Amino acid sequence: MASLRDIKSKITSTKKTSQITKAMEMVSAAKWNRGVMSAKAFVPYMEKIQEVTASVAMGSKGIAHPMLQTRQVKKTGYLVITSDRGLAGAYNSNVVRRTFQAIQSRHKSNDEFAIIAIGRVARDFFVKRGMNVILDIVGVSDQPSFADIKDIAANTVGMFADGTFDELFMYYTHYVSAISQEVTEKKLLPLSDISTSKKLASYEFEPSAEEILEVLLPQYAESLIYGALLDSKASEHAARMTAMRNATDNAKELINSYSLSYNRARQAAITQEITEIVGGAAALE
Amino acid sequence: MKTIKVSVVTPDGPVYESDVEMVSTKAQSGELGILPGHISMVAPLQIGVVRLKKNGQTDLVAVSGGLLEVRPDQVTILAQAAELASEIDIDRALRAKERAEQRLNVQQAEHIDFKRAELALQRAINRLAVTEKRI
Repeated sequence: MASLRDIKSKITSTKKTSQITKAMEMVSAAKWNRGVMSAKAFVPYMEKIQEVTASVAMGSKGIAHPMLQTRQVKKTGYLVITSDRGLAGAYNSNVVRRTFQAIQSRHKSNDEFAIIAIGRVARDFFVKRGMNVILDIVGVSDQPSFADIKDIAANTVGMFADGTFDELFMYYTHYVSAISQEVTEKKLLPLSDISTSKKLASYEFEPSAEEILEVLLPQYAESLIYGALLDSKASEHAARMTAMRNATDNAKELINSYSLSYNRARQAAITQEITEIVGGAAALE
Repeated sequence: MKTIKVSVVTPDGPVYESDVEMVSTKAQSGELGILPGHISMVAPLQIGVVRLKKNGQTDLVAVSGGLLEVRPDQVTILAQAAELASEIDIDRALRAKERAEQRLNVQQAEHIDFKRAELALQRAINRLAVTEKRI
């Protein structure tokens, strides 16, 4: 049986750990709140741009824009969104595993695909395996503003435009609720399913539909990427919050069981002492 | 007087929402003025200012490009960044201007960075101009 002092020190260290996890849970809860709010602020913009894109793209038949056309696939792009830090349960490994499996089942050689990694975990994972990471960004803030990722979004869309890859898939974590997030695969480019629930309006184009698509489509694709990032951030904080709550609960359980064995050991020690005293007194008689 | 609903939305949230008498701005094909009852229209915008006239006053919003969508009863401006004149961070715009100018002086050779710096300079100058209401 472990000595009294050993158990005591285990209890103290577990208590300290649980204080830290508790604090991390509260920090994540605050960030999660703000993350959900910024995802909400983004909704009006997304809805509007979707509506306009749908009306322009559908309303003007016969217009061929490179971003709308499916071309023969020589190289596929994968955009993966993870966090920079761990301790968020299975949040990162789920996304990374899903991407990794998809790539392995679809491609035989390294030249057939290119990876764009947002977040340190994804970058490190794919670089370590010698896979082709062409663009990465780490240190995205917890409440990213559009300006933070404008460059990477514009570069990604630009790479599709200049033929670096011929289709682009996006892997991110969709936020369902505080306790449930799911990994989502989305084909981003070429833009194929632009649909909207609202009634399509017909517009005059100034100067022409082609020139409007030229401006609109990249902006639309970039906002899809930003939307996915906001979604992932909300999921990340929710996942971390849940993970930290579980850790705190586990720590409490551990402390309980340690306290029990501490008390047992203490009683055993007292009993032993009494037996010794009684034995000593009996020997004197 | 008849009014038209205007909203300026960016990925970071709505920037401006109000009923105004007239919207005027610079589209890529030239200056545009929009009154209530305008025909439905879409036009890409230049980096510039949106002037919103209301009760004899004019509100200014700086936009970095984007798109203008007009319906008879509503105007929506979709921009990747937009600020009301009173909310522009002058120091930041000044710093951005300096940085862009430096880059333009150094990197004459590289085409893409040059273009980016040029756009950044335009945006900074636009923001500064809007704060000084010189437009």
